[in-house]
Amino acid sequence: MNSALAELWPYLLLILVGYLPNEMWRMLGLVLARGLNEDSEIVVWSRAVATAIIAGVIAKLILFAAGALAGIPLGVRVGAAICGFLAFLAVKRSVFVGVLVGEAVLLLGGYLFAH
Amino acid sequence: MSAPGPFNSNAAAFFGGVKSAWTSVFFLVLAGTYIGMGALAHDYGFSSWWLALSSMLVWAAPGQVILISSLGLGAPPIEGAIAVGLSAIRLFPMVVALLPLLRGPSTRLRDLLLPAHFTSVSMWVESLRLLPGMPRERRIAFCNGLSVGYMSTAVTFGFVGYYLAGRLPPLFAGTLLFLTPLSFLISTARNARAMVDRLALVLGLILGPLLTYWHVGLDLMWTGVVGGSLAYGVHRLREAAR
Repeated sequence: MNSALAELWPYLLLILVGYLPNEMWRMLGLVLARGLNEDSEIVVWSRAVATAIIAGVIAKLILFAAGALAGIPLGVRVGAAICGFLAFLAVKRSVFVGVLVGEAVLLLGGYLFAH
Repeated sequence: MSAPGPFNSNAAAFFGGVKSAWTSVFFLVLAGTYIGMGALAHDYGFSSWWLALSSMLVWAAPGQVILISSLGLGAPPIEGAIAVGLSAIRLFPMVVALLPLLRGPSTRLRDLLLPAHFTSVSMWVESLRLLPGMPRERRIAFCNGLSVGYMSTAVTFGFVGYYLAGRLPPLFAGTLLFLTPLSFLISTARNARAMVDRLALVLGLILGPLLTYWHVGLDLMWTGVVGGSLAYGVHRLREAAR
């Protein structure tokens, strides 16, 4: 691959893998803007599919960590996510508290059990 | 809070929208999300300008996380594209619900192109809340201003996270990187009010790593289709049993 193409390649992927698959749904909504109920079956199903995909990505990011996160042991990463989630449930379903507690546990665990 | 305005011109409505964005709760949410996104892009080998462009073009945090993590881990582009596409179906009903609020008797299709592109959770929630209290002829300008306010926040904090990730000691950089999965886990759990969404969340958390571990091709697509459809099936069975 020559250098100009190698430099443009990530941007081409951004358009093909990120922009177009995402944007087509917005444009479809613009063109087919007839009423679609929030509770219609297809909307319920598509929300479930999207939720499962995001959940899969979340779990992969935590379990198969890359970059700086890979330096923190697996047990600490999973433990921090569980603690953050429990804190979210315990304190008025606050996302802020959950994130704060999860991060604090990760920092502490990472400090104590560094590779 | 009552609806902002009244605005004498479209420019005033636009800047009113920008101000609404920067003073809303979503400002903090986006700042945190995109600091994490910046760290993710840094550690998965993308440039900071690439991230800024992806924030402007994709403009959907879940899609961007899938894009960065799947390409960064070397998955075939088609796998990433399918997963991004499946994660973005939700945008379709959102646009459909938003447009009737924006459309007036003299609105042209091209005036709606930008609001359609800008449609994302933050902008959508605030638009549905604020637009009804506003004269119809100012709504598109306000909505565009709101979106530009949110998007500039995301782009700015994306740069912040990116540069912090490159300069902090490894433990703190790891903490920054953890922000994305942690905040997505908790905010997805909060948004999952119906049983079908909670079940889909749990199934996705299990299936995602399992299919990756078993080296199943198109693992994210199957996680979504199998996990989401199973959750939907259980939901239908429960409805039928009532």
